[in-house]
Amino acid sequence: MTKRIIVDIDLCVGCQLCMFACVRRKKEIGTSKSAIQVKSVGGVERGFIVVVCKKCIDAPCAKACPTGALMPKKNGGVKFIPEKCLGCGNCVKACSLGAVFWDQNENKPSICSNCGYCVKYCPYGAIKFEEKEKC
Amino acid sequence: MLKKDPIKNVLYVDLTKRDMWIEDKSELFEKYLGGAGVAINLLEKECPIQADALGPDNPAIFAVGQLNALYPLASKTVAMFKSPLTGNLGESHCGGRSSIAIRMAGYGAIVIKGTSETPVYLSIHDDKVKLRDASTLWGLQNDTVGRVLREQEAGAGTRSIMRIGRAGEEMVSYSTLTVETYRHFGRLGLGTVFGSKKLKALVISGKQGLKLQNWKLYKKLYDELFESATTSGLMKKYHDIGTPINVKPLSDKKLLPTKNLQQGYLDEIEEISGETFAKNFLGRRMSCAHCPVSCVHLATLKEAYTEDPYFHKTKNIGYDYELIFSLGSMLGITSAKQVLQIIDEVEALGFDAMSVGVVLSWATEMMEKGLITTKETNGLKLQWNDSKTYIKALRLIVNQPNDFFKALARGVIYAASKYGGKNFALAFGKNEMPGYHTGPAYVGYLIGARHSHLDNGGYALGQKASEKQLTPKQLVEKLVTEEVWRQIMSSLVICFFARGIYKPEMVVDTLRTVGYDLTPEDLNKIGKEILKKKHEFKIREGFNIDREVKEIPQRIFETPAPVPFDINFIKESVETFKNKLKEL
Repeated sequence: MTKRIIVDIDLCVGCQLCMFACVRRKKEIGTSKSAIQVKSVGGVERGFIVVVCKKCIDAPCAKACPTGALMPKKNGGVKFIPEKCLGCGNCVKACSLGAVFWDQNENKPSICSNCGYCVKYCPYGAIKFEEKEKC
Repeated sequence: MLKKDPIKNVLYVDLTKRDMWIEDKSELFEKYLGGAGVAINLLEKECPIQADALGPDNPAIFAVGQLNALYPLASKTVAMFKSPLTGNLGESHCGGRSSIAIRMAGYGAIVIKGTSETPVYLSIHDDKVKLRDASTLWGLQNDTVGRVLREQEAGAGTRSIMRIGRAGEEMVSYSTLTVETYRHFGRLGLGTVFGSKKLKALVISGKQGLKLQNWKLYKKLYDELFESATTSGLMKKYHDIGTPINVKPLSDKKLLPTKNLQQGYLDEIEEISGETFAKNFLGRRMSCAHCPVSCVHLATLKEAYTEDPYFHKTKNIGYDYELIFSLGSMLGITSAKQVLQIIDEVEALGFDAMSVGVVLSWATEMMEKGLITTKETNGLKLQWNDSKTYIKALRLIVNQPNDFFKALARGVIYAASKYGGKNFALAFGKNEMPGYHTGPAYVGYLIGARHSHLDNGGYALGQKASEKQLTPKQLVEKLVTEEVWRQIMSSLVICFFARGIYKPEMVVDTLRTVGYDLTPEDLNKIGKEILKKKHEFKIREGFNIDREVKEIPQRIFETPAPVPFDINFIKESVETFKNKLKEL
């Protein structure tokens, strides 16, 4: 069993502290390098969605990578090896959740490592770091 | 200040010349930290003496500060302009995603000058700054503009969308600039200035990142602030029931202005209490970007269309203490649902909710006293607790079909100068009053640079009958000390709700991580200088506090307050303040 980020969007207040936390892991301040994204569903009056890697087994992003920069991990999800990345963006298109984000400054993807750091800064439990279950 | 911090970049946009450029203002940010400190300096420079508030010379200035995007709860933007309502300092603060978006787009401030001949909106995504045609958006209500721009513009998730409603277009003096649907540059008419510039909206987003040297200290302070905000209980009241928690206690203490302050309480207060809103209508809460508190309370209102009872519209409507006061108790409204219906219309049209409520309550009393008739009101019979008529009146203030509504659109002081009823025209420094009927609150409104209850926190004093009245000297000392400190908060720019967390020592430490070596005394000196500059601007534009004292509406002395006060108390306080100002 392995942990992954679980989302309950109805608890999300849109504070985006998770995004800032994710970028802090990269020793930077901001949101553009974040591998988790919070945005509204057609305006804040309609609530929010949280988009984050669901740690697929046999991840399509890895399959779409022509250089092996996204290495599948044993228990799901991928490890990003930036030196191998060409910046083609195939991984972004391959993820139907839209959970592969693009770092425009680096011209490389922002890949969630499923470290769970963002979860510590969610004030309301909208994201949790828990054992993966099938349903 | 951090080396290479893009906060030094001030974006200038000239709508007349359709020109834009960036100026390096490192020195200004170094000296004044950002936000209010930088904005007042820019306003002083960019706004010519005695400029027409509705003319091309009046700049609309937005400024963020050193701590925005770095630390939680530093989530506000300061706007400055010459106020079309008061004719002097216009300053308004707003959260939403505005401060993070401006900071991440790579700017410390934005200065919008000139007037466009045709409606436009400003689209800013990092260094891509464009003026776009807004002819099709002109005439649309606030929420519709948001919906359209969400589809048209980039930056979903991190952008800020600021826009005006029809009140701003028609230059109602107290129009708001709405941000992220539920946040506002509410007071003093920034929306009006946008309208006068034919500027319907401003969309901004950015993808910058900031790097720090002292990362270890930064993380330690960040975690301390996060812990304080989420576990210490200091922010709990803002989160749970929110500011409306005060509605019932303040009515019980007889200091909730009701029916144009003919009384300090509403008999049916249970019907519009914070608890009632929370129990019957609270749908969910929302936060500004980078703030864990989620103080924005949204009520879910489900209503049937009259033509088809099984066809419903369900809306989420933001509410707060001030709105329940101005659009609730002040209008004698005795149902939470009706308060929400009025708020919904106020939002759609884009008024400052506080000002428009006070304007309508004055008009209602005018009618009650027979000083105006349906001849002036275009046939409307304004009466307490009649939300449907108030909603019609809101539309007429925008459309201004006759001289009376034209007068209402210019604020309660102007309207009373034309139609009488000055004794119960409830404004201070020409800004319509906030919802606290206490002596210290009134002194606070009068001497505060923005005539806002949030200038100096005077509203928190004098609420208990058991409280001994502070002497004018003690009161003014407290208020000015607080207002000086709030200049630092609004220069960084930290939400005032977080003042319990950001104590001077914490501010000194956080500033250390961005390259400042300041003491609390240094901050006090900077705060004093900023406050002094604001008053200099006001005086430059003709503000005279003695004149404002003469304009104090008699009503505030007639309605009993828990701790009694009289005109002498206020006069003495103002005299003390005038001396205090000289010492700044």
